[in-house]
Amino acid sequence: MGYLRISRVGKTFESGSRRTEVLRDVDLTIDRGEFVSIIGHSGCGKSTLLNLIAGLTEATKGGIVLEGREVNAPGPDRAVVFQNHSLLPWLTVYGNVRLAVDKVFRGRKSRAERHEWTLHNLDLVQMRHAADKRPGEISGGMRQRVGIARALAMEPKVLLLDEPFGALDALTRAHLQDAVMEIHARLRNTMIMITHDVDEAVLLADRIVMMTNGPAATIGEVLTVPLPRPRDRIVAAGDPACLRARQAVLRFLHERHRLVAAAE
Amino acid sequence: MQSTLARPIPQAAEQATPARPASVTRLRVRPPARLSPGRRGAGLAARLLPPVVVGLLALAAWELATSGPGATLPPPSAVWRDSAELILHPFYVYGTQDVGLGWRVLTSLERVAYGFGLAAMAGVLIGAVIGQSVWMMRGLDPFFQVLRTVPPLAWLPISLAAFMDNRPAAIFVIFITAIWPILINTAAGVRNIPADYRNVARVLRLGQVEFFFRIMVPAAAPYIFSGLRIGIGLSWLAIVAAEMLTGGVGIGFFIWDAWNSSRLTDIIVALVYIGLVGLMLDRLVGLAGRLVTRGTGGA
Repeated sequence: MGYLRISRVGKTFESGSRRTEVLRDVDLTIDRGEFVSIIGHSGCGKSTLLNLIAGLTEATKGGIVLEGREVNAPGPDRAVVFQNHSLLPWLTVYGNVRLAVDKVFRGRKSRAERHEWTLHNLDLVQMRHAADKRPGEISGGMRQRVGIARALAMEPKVLLLDEPFGALDALTRAHLQDAVMEIHARLRNTMIMITHDVDEAVLLADRIVMMTNGPAATIGEVLTVPLPRPRDRIVAAGDPACLRARQAVLRFLHERHRLVAAAE
Repeated sequence: MQSTLARPIPQAAEQATPARPASVTRLRVRPPARLSPGRRGAGLAARLLPPVVVGLLALAAWELATSGPGATLPPPSAVWRDSAELILHPFYVYGTQDVGLGWRVLTSLERVAYGFGLAAMAGVLIGAVIGQSVWMMRGLDPFFQVLRTVPPLAWLPISLAAFMDNRPAAIFVIFITAIWPILINTAAGVRNIPADYRNVARVLRLGQVEFFFRIMVPAAAPYIFSGLRIGIGLSWLAIVAAEMLTGGVGIGFFIWDAWNSSRLTDIIVALVYIGLVGLMLDRLVGLAGRLVTRGTGGA
């Protein structure tokens, strides 16, 4: 009956007498091992939806069930890769990942095993060489890699990526997209990624969830991307199925749900 | 720089058929300038010379102003003549009450260590709690703002009445003087912890104590240390004033005692000591802060 079920979720923010309905009636079921991209214009509540799944915000209506258990608080089974990496600047790269490993695996793994597991996850994102550096000493792309390593190290049931590459240049972004695809192929974990980049969504996702514009945004359309894996960005660029998917998303975003200028 | 790069740009015709193929030009190897001892010495002199010149000029002006008849204060030459003992031998012991200024400073520093240490611990803990809660902040902040403006000496009578003894009274005065900037800065630092760090802590399910030590203290460290730095300065101000009234061996009482026995030159020497020690304390806390918060400024 689905690994992660989001049922009729609505979210209304209240500050004083002002009420803002951000999400209304969001329904989505995600299978284990699936890669889902959520795309929409800025302000459509996609980050709110991710925060709801993470448990960082509470839903006003409806509920979210992960593997038969309701989500009502944040936890390491739903690790988040934050938009601005959110590494702790006073810890080294190793220290940042180790903090997560120590917290999640205390009692289950020995000290040596935790050390190994930390390094293993740094290897997954090819950041072992910078283990002793501080976040301030490495590039933005590297920081985001470490953020991914920290999230992966928690062995989450669902990995939540909140526009993880939004602040990076196009080449670095392509590099990290490849890294994420490779990790997904290797670990087969469930991933949900917020993005505003159509190419990114098409290349990475099994399904693309398209959000309508807020207020009271909801899922407008869900598109399955019929591309076989492993995917290659150069092959995909000329693939007719890929082009059709890209066109469908663009049509949704720019024809039917164009962002009204006043909303920005 | 003297190689091919400096040549004028060749004309278009020349460019089409180069006179000679590109070649590698060996540049002269120069030792890094920073390591040369001569330059280093020059840099040091440039740093030291201005304060030395200003100091000498100030001494000369002072000497001129106070050497005439009817001068109320002693000139520097008199300070040296009458109080050289104090300058040259900071650690003499002639009796329980007659000891060098070094010992007196150390006695005062011990009191400061107790008072400031307590203030630092209490200030950081209370500040952290208050920074976490909007309501606590709203309720307590007005009182802190009032209390922090009370001058150190104004606390002394109350403190003496409460403790009935000089020593704890002096320590309490330091404590109550130093705690406000530490507390207020810590609270501000905790309030300004980025939401992202809090979210990381929530996803990891860090407990209260873990959150305090692993996120809150390091994230607020720059604020905490600027509070500590103001606090240590205030402590040193307070101890001198408090000792003037409570007596004992400290440097503050020494000044009061010297005043009562008209040893003006001794007072001047003590003032220099107090200034130097105050500067040292300030730099010490500043250095500790830089060591602890290294890396936090980045990213």
